[in-house]
Amino acid sequence: MKILTSWLRSYLPGLAVTDRQLADDLTLRGIAVDGVFDLGANGSLFEMDITTNRVDAMNHYGIAREAATIYGLKLKPLETSLPAPKPGPAFPVRIEDPALCGRFTARVLRGINVQPSTEIIAERFRLLEQKLISNAVDATNYIVLAMGHPTHAFDLDKIEGALIIRRAHKGERLKTLDEIDRVLDPEDLIVADEKKPLALAGVMGGWDSRITAETKNVLVEAAWFDPVSIRRSSKRHLLHTDASHRFERGADFNAPPVASALVSQLLLESGGHQVGDFVDVMISEAEKHTAKRSSIGFAVSEARRILGATEDPEGITAATAETILTGLGCELEPRGNETYQVTLPSWRLDLEREIDLIEEVARVYGYNRFRNTLPAFTGSVIELPWAAKESAVRTALLAMGWTEAISSTFCAAADAALFAPQPNSAVAMGNPLSEEAGMLRPSLLPGMVAMLTLNLNRDVEDAALFEAGTVFSGSPEKVDERPALAIGATGRALGEKPTDFYDLKGTIEALLAKFASRSLYFDNLLLPAWLHPGRGARAVLDGSTVAYFGQLHPAEAERRKLKQPVFVGEIYLDRTYRQPLRQPLARDLSRYQAVRRDFSLLFPDPTPYATIEDAMRNLDISDLRAFAPKEILREAKSISAGHFSLLLGTVFQSQERTLREEELQEFSQRIISAMEAIGGKLRTS
Amino acid sequence: MCLDGQSSFILKKNMPEDAIPHLSGYEEAELDQAFASVSHEVEASAGALATPEAVESFRLYWLGRKQGRLKAISDAWLKSAPPEARKPLGQRFNKLKAEIEQRLEAASGASQATVLDSEAIDITLPGTRRQPGAEHPLIKTLNEIVGIFQRMGYSVGVGPEVETDYYNFESLNFPPGHPARDTQDTLVIARQDRKPLRDRLLMRTHTSPVQIRTMEQQPPPVRIVIPGKVHRNDAADATHSPIFHQVEGLCVDTGITFSDLKGTLDHAMKELFGSSVKTRFFPSFFPFTEPSADVQISCPFCGGAGCRKCKHSGWIELLGCGMVDPSVFGFVAQKQPAYDPKKISGFAFGMGVDRIAMMKYGITDISLMYSGDLRFLEQFA
Repeated sequence: MKILTSWLRSYLPGLAVTDRQLADDLTLRGIAVDGVFDLGANGSLFEMDITTNRVDAMNHYGIAREAATIYGLKLKPLETSLPAPKPGPAFPVRIEDPALCGRFTARVLRGINVQPSTEIIAERFRLLEQKLISNAVDATNYIVLAMGHPTHAFDLDKIEGALIIRRAHKGERLKTLDEIDRVLDPEDLIVADEKKPLALAGVMGGWDSRITAETKNVLVEAAWFDPVSIRRSSKRHLLHTDASHRFERGADFNAPPVASALVSQLLLESGGHQVGDFVDVMISEAEKHTAKRSSIGFAVSEARRILGATEDPEGITAATAETILTGLGCELEPRGNETYQVTLPSWRLDLEREIDLIEEVARVYGYNRFRNTLPAFTGSVIELPWAAKESAVRTALLAMGWTEAISSTFCAAADAALFAPQPNSAVAMGNPLSEEAGMLRPSLLPGMVAMLTLNLNRDVEDAALFEAGTVFSGSPEKVDERPALAIGATGRALGEKPTDFYDLKGTIEALLAKFASRSLYFDNLLLPAWLHPGRGARAVLDGSTVAYFGQLHPAEAERRKLKQPVFVGEIYLDRTYRQPLRQPLARDLSRYQAVRRDFSLLFPDPTPYATIEDAMRNLDISDLRAFAPKEILREAKSISAGHFSLLLGTVFQSQERTLREEELQEFSQRIISAMEAIGGKLRTS
Repeated sequence: MCLDGQSSFILKKNMPEDAIPHLSGYEEAELDQAFASVSHEVEASAGALATPEAVESFRLYWLGRKQGRLKAISDAWLKSAPPEARKPLGQRFNKLKAEIEQRLEAASGASQATVLDSEAIDITLPGTRRQPGAEHPLIKTLNEIVGIFQRMGYSVGVGPEVETDYYNFESLNFPPGHPARDTQDTLVIARQDRKPLRDRLLMRTHTSPVQIRTMEQQPPPVRIVIPGKVHRNDAADATHSPIFHQVEGLCVDTGITFSDLKGTLDHAMKELFGSSVKTRFFPSFFPFTEPSADVQISCPFCGGAGCRKCKHSGWIELLGCGMVDPSVFGFVAQKQPAYDPKKISGFAFGMGVDRIAMMKYGITDISLMYSGDLRFLEQFA
């Protein structure tokens, strides 16, 4: 909204501060001036940003009232006198829906001349870059800018019979001023005559009863409509107008007669006269919850309790509060002990409770005049149960070279179907951002694959990303949220050689090693469809599936035109977090020498390493400190077809003494026998 | 040990094997003359000790325990020496040995330097980095903000991203049909029309519902900081994303005041942006706080002088906050009667993490933060 300071000052003859100072002072009191534009001799133009609750300040007079309160000035009253009307019948007005229309006024002006606006209106519209139409139309717009209340002028000769304010009938139509033929909804409040709808009440007038160059006689409407009804009509017809903006935020119930008089003054400047008495139909129920709403109590002590310490040691005094509230239009009736009964101004429907008055006091007093204090606290800090786990996982991933990323919360239906851990568990959006974002993500993998794809498409060939986030499942009735983790890598992001299955497995092993568990194993039973069937695995921690990972299925990679293999995995953090973090426990270091022995073995394919590992563990040699595969060879000259060689490294060490050669011989023999039992044999080089 | 050809040649040429120099007598002058000649021989043979191999040959030739020339000479000369000449002879042999050792030391130092020289590398080549992954600037900023409030005694609170209309709007004093709802265009879950409005599911538009959920669970006092992802049905541009992050805070107790709110946020902003940062508060409007305020900080980039980042105003708007509206306590009190607005009071605040991260790190396009583009993310390693 734009404000001309020259116009504003016309209501505040005593205002001495500069425009710039005025802008600062208003802004600090919540009437935000976003921009100040110098208009030379015409003062300044303020670009305002008024919060939705302050519809009373969306006009020149309202802002002048704020300035008057800030500077303790007297505000010039609005001049509303009109010549006495010529005798005539009162125009018949019927409010049929008193819940939606609280007040309706009508004034008949005859013999007016529709012509271009001149002088002050033309000048101010020019400065505000507001389009001039004709004196009759401009008058209503001008008064909205002046004091905020929307009015409407009908061509009186187009009205057939009485004015009726009612809900539309089903199927009724109205061509509005924007020349759109609208089908009305039975929930729409309209202004009609006895034959037809004339206007969408409080939103927009009708085309057929508009003011034209030929108009001679006018009916000026100024009314008060129910905010919720106006808002619904405005939304229903996608028709947000200056009038609806104000009515839906709660207009001043006492303003219609004032606005009507001001508009009429302007119209009569070019000739004509009022005929018949001013018609003012008021619904007392509506008045009771607006202009005549109950007074409320206000205690200075309560203001102090909420607001606290000021820089000025005196703090908020009764005198300060009285001055501020009176300046804003409240009437204060002292009730002793610095308490008051306060009658609220009709234009401030946002004031309803004591706290609203406390805010007004703080606002006008100036927020920055309050001290910066820190509160004492009697409670205790409650640790989030999984905060440490989350942090352990994140730190480990970063340290292992994975970069943190965030992807969309939504995914395409096809991706949801492919990656969802349970079939048909993904939840659809009602108003998706796009077709590609139609579902709440049931998995982090759609986002992860999309991010890897994006990088490959931009020639970033080495990428290792992780995302920790929420995944969703359920139905429109109930949506479950679970924490999950996705990892995804391609190229040489994690070392010298291209990322493979084992990089992901190693990462998952390292992450799971952060948690206390009795067992962890990997298998490839029932792999999801997105995984390469031969290069995917499931991790099972204490009997619970905690992750699936491996190479993205080549068909999927092909479909996404990925130029190199990508490896992805999802870890179900809700399950992982069920385990406590592992508490490291120090073990006494052996003082005796460790002995390394390597076994060169030959196995027939397929002998999974897990079988070898199990056989080694089942030996239960307590002095076997560690063993690991050091080298696996296939298809070498010395290896017969269908076999592979394994160099198995072992470390023996006792806690109690130096191991003797004959003990080591015995251990070796047992290992060789165990390997033979599962089909292996020692290679004789 | 392997001798290279050239060194061997020099050694052989200058040191004929087994020729014990002649000693004419045991008088001082005769001794001096004989030792000077051996000394010359040492000097001559030490001429080209450039490599470790040559040095070792020299050592073996002169000082070798069994075949060493010094031993051979001393054995020969001492054998025939009269007893009174043994002492001067011994002294001279010790001196000669010291001389040889000195030459050896000098030569081996020089030859080691030569070797180390040959091992020199180009230290201007780039280092071999073990590159850890990069923290996401948004999460990093979020953690920083949360950490500040944790140090002030706040617990971390979290809540669902899919909320009901009741928690996201109604209980925060956004009545049905209220224009304030327009400011937060909402993404809704499919097929909600048949439910009562309050039960309809939507993507939370702010982290504020967690305030209500926390208070319902826990009587006052409460001090929580709530980080989280939120969604709005906004068109994306360089500074707007339908997905973004907020950090929200709530402090409720007896005697919590607006000046406490000011002090808390002033402290937090100083910790986040440096102690020279100033804050100022403007009246604002949020349905769930009253009084409500917007907070600006003096521009941490130009110190308030005016620059591009603060649009030449010297100030940057960062936070929304206010005293918890009594009607919010009213909604909570339905489940937790201890929230009696006549007895307790509290403040709440919220900030957009994306904007703060963008400002801190000079990010000009918000969508980069949700792209996973490594060219962008790598910069934060």
